[in-house]
Amino acid sequence: MTDVVSAAVNDWGFLPVMARRAAFGKGLLAVVTCYLISVALPGKAQVDTDNWPLVLEQAHGQELYFNTWGGESRINGYLAWVAAQVRERFAISLQHVRLADTALAVSRVLAEKQAGNTDGGTIDLLWVNGENFAALKNNNLLFGPWSEQLPNFALVDADNFPEMRADFTVPVDGLEAPWLRAQLIFYFDSAVIADPPQSIPALLTWAKNNPGEFTYPKPPAFLGSTFLKQALLELARDTDALFAPVEQSDFEQITAVLWQYLDQLHPYLLRKGRYFPSNGAQLRRLMADGDTALAFSFSPNEVITGIRNRELPETARSYVLKGGTIANVSFLAIPFNASNKAAAMVVANYLLSAEAQAQASLPEQMGSTTVLSMAQLNTQQQALFDAIDLGPGALSPQDLARTRQEPHPSWMPALEAAWLTRYNRRQ
Amino acid sequence: MMLRLATPLIFLLLLVPVLAGIVISFLPAFGFLPALGGNQLTLQWWQTLADVPGITHSVSLSLIAGLVTPLIALILVLLFLASASGRRLDSWTRRLISPVLAVPHAAAAFGLVFLIAPSGFLFRLFSPALSGWDRAPDLLIINDIWGLSLIAGLVIKEIPFLMLVAMAALPQINPEQRLAMARTLGYSPVTAWLKVIAPALYPLLRLPLFAVIAYASANIDVALILGPNLPATLSVRLLDWFADPDLDNRFLAAAAAILQLGVSALAISLWIAGEKLLGWLTNGWMQNGQRRYCEKPLQIVGRAGVPLALSILVMGLLLLLMNAFAGFWRFPDTLPDEWTLRHWRSAGMAIVTPLSNTLRIAVPVTGLTLVLVVASLEAEHRQQRERSLFAGLLYLPLIIPQVAFLFGLIVITELLQWQPGYWLVALGHILFVLPYMYLTLAQVYRRFDTRWLQLGATLGATANQRLWRIRLPMLLAPLLTSAAIGLAISISLYLPTQLLGAGRISTITTEAVALASGGSAGVIAVLASLQAILPMLAFTAALVVPQLVWRQRAGMRDTRDYE
Repeated sequence: MTDVVSAAVNDWGFLPVMARRAAFGKGLLAVVTCYLISVALPGKAQVDTDNWPLVLEQAHGQELYFNTWGGESRINGYLAWVAAQVRERFAISLQHVRLADTALAVSRVLAEKQAGNTDGGTIDLLWVNGENFAALKNNNLLFGPWSEQLPNFALVDADNFPEMRADFTVPVDGLEAPWLRAQLIFYFDSAVIADPPQSIPALLTWAKNNPGEFTYPKPPAFLGSTFLKQALLELARDTDALFAPVEQSDFEQITAVLWQYLDQLHPYLLRKGRYFPSNGAQLRRLMADGDTALAFSFSPNEVITGIRNRELPETARSYVLKGGTIANVSFLAIPFNASNKAAAMVVANYLLSAEAQAQASLPEQMGSTTVLSMAQLNTQQQALFDAIDLGPGALSPQDLARTRQEPHPSWMPALEAAWLTRYNRRQ
Repeated sequence: MMLRLATPLIFLLLLVPVLAGIVISFLPAFGFLPALGGNQLTLQWWQTLADVPGITHSVSLSLIAGLVTPLIALILVLLFLASASGRRLDSWTRRLISPVLAVPHAAAAFGLVFLIAPSGFLFRLFSPALSGWDRAPDLLIINDIWGLSLIAGLVIKEIPFLMLVAMAALPQINPEQRLAMARTLGYSPVTAWLKVIAPALYPLLRLPLFAVIAYASANIDVALILGPNLPATLSVRLLDWFADPDLDNRFLAAAAAILQLGVSALAISLWIAGEKLLGWLTNGWMQNGQRRYCEKPLQIVGRAGVPLALSILVMGLLLLLMNAFAGFWRFPDTLPDEWTLRHWRSAGMAIVTPLSNTLRIAVPVTGLTLVLVVASLEAEHRQQRERSLFAGLLYLPLIIPQVAFLFGLIVITELLQWQPGYWLVALGHILFVLPYMYLTLAQVYRRFDTRWLQLGATLGATANQRLWRIRLPMLLAPLLTSAAIGLAISISLYLPTQLLGAGRISTITTEAVALASGGSAGVIAVLASLQAILPMLAFTAALVVPQLVWRQRAGMRDTRDYE
């Protein structure tokens, strides 16, 4: 029933509103129906994704609500710069909506769909990946395909970089545009330790010798779950199963080695494993406060920006595990009922431009890693990136080339649930 | 007549959204949420909830915090009032109450962390010189598994609230006369207070205490910062489920929300049972004629408890401010390596809109609500009947966990195609501001000495004149206090602002919470300080204005002490 309704969502005006009402039905006043019909708007949100000049024209003067996780002031600062640019170039008024959690936006779109709001949605563009993308896609909550029609999409060279078309192995199918690269990196305080562990197994030995100097964010916090995946990728005997849906393999058997590892590790964590920080920023704060000496992040330039912002000691250093670490791409998606789809496409395209990507890579902005392929850029565009000086302590391209692929997204909730079952109880 | 419309209007504004929101939220708890493919009623999510690991512990944590917090806070407040009245300590404390009450819970909790965490200020004071620690000790103080730091954080934050309510209520029961009577009969001061004033005062504190119980058992922000996380309290876990990308967990969250409702209700019921038991137990003590009872120990606890709690709160706030200006500040340094405006600069740009939004919502909401509350109370007075049922219903938005009905509320506004934005947020704020303002004002309003009004009537004043020229001016202090509470509540609201505004209406609180999930200590400190300053100004005004207005009226200034 719901699938039928949502399939019809993009094609019909207010019909789904009534269908939804019938499904939702029980006890809502007839008055409401009349009201709904009387205010249902014709689809101003219709966009011809193949006609770029028309998209640009439609986007002119639109107001764009761009929703992102708002927990990092560097991102907020960068988007303020973007807002100024798109106002000047495309007359788009970009409103940055900061979320405490991206899943709040998923809830929002869901509530709108439930209420039959099919073309007046409150979210136009959403920063998303992994589980949240899978949830949106599986519930038909996304607009598209649109991303490969963007003029700047060619710059990411998706044919040679398949990670641009797969979000945690789930096919993107043109429903989201690549935005930023991320990779798990470890960092340590060189004033306290000289020889950080180079692999997940070595971490256990190290922790036993340095009790209370390491911890990880509590799953299902994104970074904490990533740590579980990294550990599993290194510990599991057969990693092939991790890249297929979790239902297709024997979860207990494959993950047994991970739980065995964590059982041994936890007594040597900060607070003997009786407390876990809630996210990467807290992890960083623990090192800044002198509670821990080893931490990790999903931002390759974490240490450079951290020292610059005085959020980390100047003795902090970063490195990539010998066997490589999980890397992924995060994306921009447009909800099925976004009110300003044209503006969303135009801004997503601008964010993929060499200029915007280079700006984002500046350490005083986000210090992010670009998704663009240097080979696709002209010399002028390449110069923008060459001019970026990350300063000493930056990870070399060789270090960052040691990557591991994200497992299938279905592993993440399964690992999180199993972790919570095992450890989220009084011990 | 306008007055008569006020009460029905309050009903409409308050009960309709809450009840409708709950009904819509109840449906997914029983498996009905068509957008997610839940088309029939089922109990399976309750089974799932019962099977969640550690759920019993989470529920007990919420329940214990809900009962222990008000108990400790109430005991300390009563003993303080009993033993410190009229002393210098007393007036010093009273002056401090209003400003610290204005501090949002989250800010107070962060302050406590900066103070007592292993890398916090107290440990730095004697490290490394005395302790020998040159790195922060690995101690589980904050987020301890028994929820002690959570309860401590809640207690220090609820004490000012109870103090304020008690001080506002005291003049209504003529404490000086009662106390003088008991003293002439030979009762020692603390015993006299506990025997003749406490029993009369307690009924006036009951409803505010219920709000404290509900808050302590269901709060999210303090529990996130100070509470245990292996497992966390029920409220925190329920929010996790709401925020989980796996949409199936919405069903679980809905069931947990209903469970949370039950836990808060159970805590209040247990409290009521405790009241009965205590009343029965102390009945003999009240009447046994004993003139002195543990005078000295009670006095010591009374004089130390509240000032200590307030000092912790104030020190936490000072540490917040220090962090807001601190450069790199590493354990065991007692002071930061430099003072800087960096955090203010980085927050500065992003603060203007949220700040104006905050005021644009809080001021009209508080003003409108004050008019409604006074109109409703005045109508009640003129119609000569107290609506106890009405007062009970007012508690719905305070007792029901916000997430429980807000999700349902959003579905409803979507159905009506009301665009999220300023008006919805403002209406949503009224839901939470109105009960607090009503509750802080109602008792004082009802217990107003009506002989003043009769006197006015004999001099020919009409009902409206009696209201405008006698009752309202004489109640100036409680009216302003109530308004300040309204402002403080509106400013501190996170979930309603975020959800009803679709995130488009950003206030300093939504900014603070968004950054709290990722900001540095400095940036958090900047926002928490800002969050505290606005309501603090309002409370200061509530304190100062009556003093200025009544500077020529000795009689009003006598009671001023208690407002």
